[in-house]
This record gives sequence, C-alpha cells and structure tokens, in this order.
Amino acid sequence: MKYMDEFRDRRLVTTLARQIHGEAGRPVRIMEVCGTHTMAIFRHGIRAMLPEEIELVSGPGCPVCVTPSGVIDGFLDLARRPEIIITTFGDMLRVPGSGTGPGNSLAGARSEGADVRIVYSPMDALTLARQEPDREVVFIAVGFETTTPTIAATILAADELQVENFSVFPAVKTMGPPLKALMRDPEVRVDGLLCPGHVSIIAGADSFRFLAREYGLACAVAGFEPTDILLAITVLLRQIDSGTPTVDNCYGRAVTMEGNRKARQITEKVFTPVDSEWRGMGLIPKSGLGLRDQYKQFDITSRLNLTIPPSREPGGCRCGDILRSICSPPDCPLFGRACTPASPIGPCMVSSEGTCAAWHKYNNPEALT
Amino acid sequence: MCLAIPMRVVEIQGGKDPLLDPERAIVDADGLRKEVRLDLVDRRPQVGDYLIIHAGFAINCLDAENAEINLALMRELAEEMAREDGETP
Repeated sequence: MKYMDEFRDRRLVTTLARQIHGEAGRPVRIMEVCGTHTMAIFRHGIRAMLPEEIELVSGPGCPVCVTPSGVIDGFLDLARRPEIIITTFGDMLRVPGSGTGPGNSLAGARSEGADVRIVYSPMDALTLARQEPDREVVFIAVGFETTTPTIAATILAADELQVENFSVFPAVKTMGPPLKALMRDPEVRVDGLLCPGHVSIIAGADSFRFLAREYGLACAVAGFEPTDILLAITVLLRQIDSGTPTVDNCYGRAVTMEGNRKARQITEKVFTPVDSEWRGMGLIPKSGLGLRDQYKQFDITSRLNLTIPPSREPGGCRCGDILRSICSPPDCPLFGRACTPASPIGPCMVSSEGTCAAWHKYNNPEALT
Repeated sequence: MCLAIPMRVVEIQGGKDPLLDPERAIVDADGLRKEVRLDLVDRRPQVGDYLIIHAGFAINCLDAENAEINLALMRELAEEMAREDGETP
C-alpha cells in the first residue's frame, strides 16, 4: 500500500539500523505507549535489529488493557438486559471481567444470549439504533485521543438526528495524565518515549512537550513502519546523548506539531475531563472523559443510574506491573502457563495489541518452530 | 486499537444535506474500498488525496510532500553508506 510499503524498504531499514549501532553508547530504555507500536515492533523484528544497550519497553498504551475489570463488569451487567444491544470494537469482546465462568466477557455473555455486536465505527452503532427503534443500542466507548473524536462526532449526529435509543458507556481516556504519573513513579525508569503516532495526529506532537520540559524525557513521535520506528529511535538516542530532551516529529506525513484542532474541538464540545481508573495504575485525576451535561442523555450510566463495581484483579496476574513497564511478561507466574492467548487471564494477553499477547506470539520459542 | 491507515480518495459523495446526506469520501487501498465520514478533517479532500482512516472517519489528510522529503533523506543516507562501504572494502 502506498505510503506504507516505501517505509518498509529493506535497504532503508538496514541503513537506519546501522546508524543506530553506530550511535549507541550507554544503556537506554525507550518506552512505547501505543499498542499498535508494540505490535509493529514485534512484527518487524525491531528488537533484533538493535544493539543490546537499547531496551524497548511497553507502557499503558492499549485502551482495552487499561480498562479496569469493574468497568468490564459494568458492560456485562448491561449486556444481560434484554432490551439492550451492545455494540463494541472487536478488541473488547474477549476481555474478562472480575467474575468467573463462561459468561465473564462480552463474547461469553453473547453465547449466553446477550445481544452483542461488533462494529467497525461508532457511526455503525448509530445506524443500527435507527434501524432498531424499539431497542436501546449502547456503544462501548473505549479509546484514546485518536478514537474519541469519532465517538464525539457520532454523539453530535445522534443529537441532531434526535435518536433517543442510542447511547454510549463512556470509558475513554487521555494519554497525558498517565504519562505524567509514570514519570513521577519512582519504580519506572525510562530515558526516551516513542510518542504514539495516531494519538499525535489529533493531539499534536506539541502535546508531549511537557514531558521533555518538566521531566527531561526525550520524545519522538513515530509512525508504524520499520523506518518510522528506527528513525525515531535514532533521534531519541541523539537527544539522550546530548542531554537536550525535546519533541521531534518523525511522522511528519501524518502529524503536525499542533494536531487536528477541528477533531479536538468536536471532542471538547461533547466530553469533559473526569478522574478515571486505570488498570494497574489506579485512579488518575482528569485522565478520562465523561459526557458534558448537555449530552448526558447519551450516557447510559447516568440514564440508568448505573454504579461501576470496584475492580478486582485475578490472583497472580501482573498486568498492572507490565503496563507500568516494571516487569516483562515472562516475569509473570501466569504467562504462558495459566494465561495464554487461547485462555487469557489478564487484559495484556486478551487484547491482540497487549504486551503479553505480542510476547507470546513473537517471542515464544515454541511458536517460532 | 489506534490502527489507522492511509487510503486514497476515489470519489466524494453526498453533501446535499449536512444532516441526512453528509459529505463522505469513498477511499481505496489495494482494492479495498470504504466509505468514510469527513466530519473530523479541516479541509475538503480532493480525489487522489490520501486520507488517514480510523474507525470509519478520516482523521487527517496525509502530507504527501512531507512523505517524499522523508523518503528522499533516508535514500540519500543509504546511498552515502553504500559509497562509504565501497571506499573501504
């Protein structure tokens, strides 16, 4: 595909990898906070191209993985009501709540009779609501800055079209507050950040500048092809070596410093910051988005006065530590034994973009034979 | 989940009524065609432009000039390295 294949050119990849080998010195840790980066790094074998001084670690960048189990329980309670059709992105389908038994995920609830449907766009959920005026269609609103404007635009369309049987279960989050929390966490050690490319399309490369300024973190916005990621690692090494942390935009074909202001305005029209719980990180102030009063009729949790049950993590699961990069999947006692892609326990194994799923798929000696 | 891919505009449809018939783009990548909403982009794309698509919406127009400059710089670097290799066998 154009604007993808050229950035996978083997000769350019080799050139950039050689350049990194030439520039690497002391050990550095670089974090990526986007599940799509996590997958791209594994799929393109980026780790194997790098000198051993450079360690790549994953942060809390998969929206499915950071959704607390209590919120999943909330989705499941709702799915069991016969008047409701749950619509969701496919990623959320198999994520377990805090219960046990076969009905402990949206896929499980569906096999027990709940009406759960996968949609590609929130707009598809709105279309379904118009086709099924006697049912309540609820869209499971998870995602970061990239996805939230699409949900906000759908809510605006629902409002204008006066669709009364459409609503969302708001669980969207923003990237800035958890990154700040990570930088303040004494257990977390990171020298450079691969800033999430598609979050940056909306938020702008400048939205990460506070990390360079306040926490001395080297930042580079990266795309998702191998040359994009290697180029970003090169500029991170230069920032780290010269002791001049800043934000470099290495994904200029898609990202500007300012971002997509129109999309942000649409998000801000519908949503307002709220405190939000992150799996493994706890409650982070102003890290989520709730619907503004003007659009509260589209919030199923306020329409039905739902309370979110407290979250309980499965025993032994270290997803919380993995999301903070303080341990790797093989450090978890469940990884590859009780917890596998076929029967996942923690969210990092469930989501196809989760760190554990990626490790299991690409780093498993058995899987390579 | 923030997967987004560049797709080429092959047709602009609708626009007669912002509510009931909003402007949409038909986009193509390797023969896969999709209809996407244009609510989030700040300029009306032209046929032939590349849009970055996420969850049924165009979230940005791709900057083709920037992509070419970026590629040209990397190719230059690759040439330079190849020349250096040639000089020091």
